[in-house]
Amino acid sequence: MTTDSTGSGEPILQATGLVKTFGRVVGLDGVDLELYPGEVLAVIGDNGAGKSTLIKCLTGAEVPDEGAIRLEGRRVQFKRPQDARAHGIETVYQTLAVSPALDVAANLFLGRELRKPGPLGSVLRVIDKKRMRQRAREELAELGITTLQDVTVPVENLSGGQRQAVAVARAAAFGSKVVVLDEPTAALGVRESQQVLEMIASLRDRGVPVILISHNMPQVFEVADRIHIQRLGKRAATITPQSHSMTDAVAIMTGAVQEDVH
Amino acid sequence: MNQHVAAVEERDLAEEFLDRSTPLGTVRNLLHRYPAISPAIVLVVAVAVFGGLNERFLEPSNLSLVSQQVAVVGTLALAQTLIILTAGIDLSVGAVMVLGSMVVAQTTVQNGVPAPIGLALGLAVGLGAGALNGFLVTRLKLPPFIVTLGSLNVFLALTLLYSGGATVRGGDMPALLTLTGETFTVGGVNVTIGVVMMLVLYVALALILQGTAWGRHVYAAGDDPEAARLAGIRVQRVLASVYLAAGAILAVAAWIQIGRSNAASPNTGVDLNLDSITAVVIGGTSLFGGRGTVWGTLLGALIVGVFRNGLSLVGVDVLWQTFAVGVLIIAAVSIDQWIRKART
Repeated sequence: MTTDSTGSGEPILQATGLVKTFGRVVGLDGVDLELYPGEVLAVIGDNGAGKSTLIKCLTGAEVPDEGAIRLEGRRVQFKRPQDARAHGIETVYQTLAVSPALDVAANLFLGRELRKPGPLGSVLRVIDKKRMRQRAREELAELGITTLQDVTVPVENLSGGQRQAVAVARAAAFGSKVVVLDEPTAALGVRESQQVLEMIASLRDRGVPVILISHNMPQVFEVADRIHIQRLGKRAATITPQSHSMTDAVAIMTGAVQEDVH
Repeated sequence: MNQHVAAVEERDLAEEFLDRSTPLGTVRNLLHRYPAISPAIVLVVAVAVFGGLNERFLEPSNLSLVSQQVAVVGTLALAQTLIILTAGIDLSVGAVMVLGSMVVAQTTVQNGVPAPIGLALGLAVGLGAGALNGFLVTRLKLPPFIVTLGSLNVFLALTLLYSGGATVRGGDMPALLTLTGETFTVGGVNVTIGVVMMLVLYVALALILQGTAWGRHVYAAGDDPEAARLAGIRVQRVLASVYLAAGAILAVAAWIQIGRSNAASPNTGVDLNLDSITAVVIGGTSLFGGRGTVWGTLLGALIVGVFRNGLSLVGVDVLWQTFAVGVLIIAAVSIDQWIRKART
C-alpha cells in the first residue's frame, strides 16, 4: 500500500484475499481491506465493482468462498449477520431497519431488551422500560445526537434524518467495535445528510472505527480518513483526501488511471 | 456555497409547510397515538343512546346478558388480536374452539376421563391447532388467510366426525366443565366466572405485550418483518409462538363457551371467527400489523355486543343488526386507513 498515511498500528478489521462468486459471475476477485482503530474508511466504486458484496462478506450477510477476515488479529467466520453482530460489527442498512410503530428507546434496544432486576425480570421476563429510556438518552447524548430529544416518540413520527440517527445510534451504542454504514445519506436531504456526517465524525471521535459505503464523493472526501476504491472485484487503490482529488478518485474508479496498490 | 445555503433555507420552508397543522390533523395524530380512543367514544355514545331509547337496556339483568354474550367472542378476539398484530389473520378460531369444547365434553362424559384431564386435552387441541397453523405459516410460508381457511374446514370436519353431530348437555358434565357459567353478583349485576376468566386473560396478555421483550417482538415482527430480522429478532419463531399462544387462548374460550351455553354443540360458534375479526378491527387494531392494543379489542367486542343487544331491545329486525355491524366494520377500517396517513 503506497498511499496509506493515517492508519496506525494493527488493523482492527482486516480482510485478505476475499473471493466470492455467484455462479459464473465473479463478485469479489481477491480483495484486501484494512480498517484501523479510530478511522473512517470510505468504500467507493462503480456499480458492480463489488462494494456491496465486500460489505456483505464483512457483516455476515454473505459467506466468502475464499480468503480470511480477522477482527483484532483473530480469524473470524460469519455465517449470518447475527454472528458479525455478536463480534461487535454493527451494520446500518440502506433500508432503514427500524420498527416504525415502536418508540426511539424500544428501537435502540430491539432484540436486546433490558430486563428488570430480580425475579420480576429473570422469571417473569419483565422489561425495564425506565432503565432503557434512561440508557437511550445517555447513549444519544454521548453520540452528540441532539435531534432526538424525546425517546418515547414512535419512530414513524420522525423525519428521515432522525430515523437515520436512530439507526446509527443503535449500531454505535452498546460498545460495538466496528460500525458499517451502507449509503446512509442516499435518501436524505441536504441538512439531514450533514447531521449524519457529523454523527459519523463523532463516532470516530469516540474511537469507534467506521466503514462508510457511499456514492457521494463530496461527502466521502469530507468525512473519510482513507478511501478504499473498489474496481472490477478488486481493490484498485487506497487513497486519502489529502493525497488525491475527487477527479483522481473518479479516474481510478473508472480505470482511467492505474494506481499501484501493492 | 451560496446554492448550498439556499437549499437549506428552502428545506426549512418545506418543513414548515409540512408541519402546519389543521384541527383535523391534530385529531388524526391523537388517534394515531391512541387508537383505542375512537372505539371508546363509539361505545360510550352507543350505551347512552340505547339507554335513552329503552330503560331496560341499563338494567343489571341486561348488562349481565351483554357481558355473557361478549365473553366468548371477546376471548376469541383476544387470540385474533395476537395474530392480526403480526399482520396475519385466523379464520379458524371458531372451529378450533368448537373442536376443543367437543373433545373436553366427549372425553369426560363418554370416555369417563376426569374433568381436569379433559380440560388438559382441550388445551392440547388448542395448542395442536396453533402449532399446525404456525407451522404452515412460518415453515411453508403460506399466507395466513389461506392456511386458516383450509384449517377451518379441516377442524370443522374433524369436529363433526368426532362428535357424530351430537350435542353433549351440560347437565351430564362434571361441575368443573360448566363452572365458567356459574354466576356471582357484583353491584346487582350477575357476573359469570367465564366473564372473569376473559378479563383475566386480557389483563395478562396486555401486561405481556407491553412488559416483555416477546411482546415488543410481536409488534416489531408485524410492523416490519425485515427490520425486525435485521435487528436480530427471529421473526419466524415469534410468529410460531404467536399461533401457539392463540391456540392456548382458544382452549380457554372453549371452556367459557361450554359454561355459556351449558352444552357442547358441534354447530354453535363456528361462525364466530368473523365476529372476532370484527371486534379486533372495530377496536382499532390494524390489519396491516404492528398497531393496536388488546383493550381496543375488548372495546370492539363490547361495541358489537351492545349494538346487537341494544338494537334488539329497541325492536330492530335482526337483519338490520347485522347491517349495522357491517357498517361499523367498514367505518372502522376507513378510520384506520385515514389514521395511518398521520404525521407529526
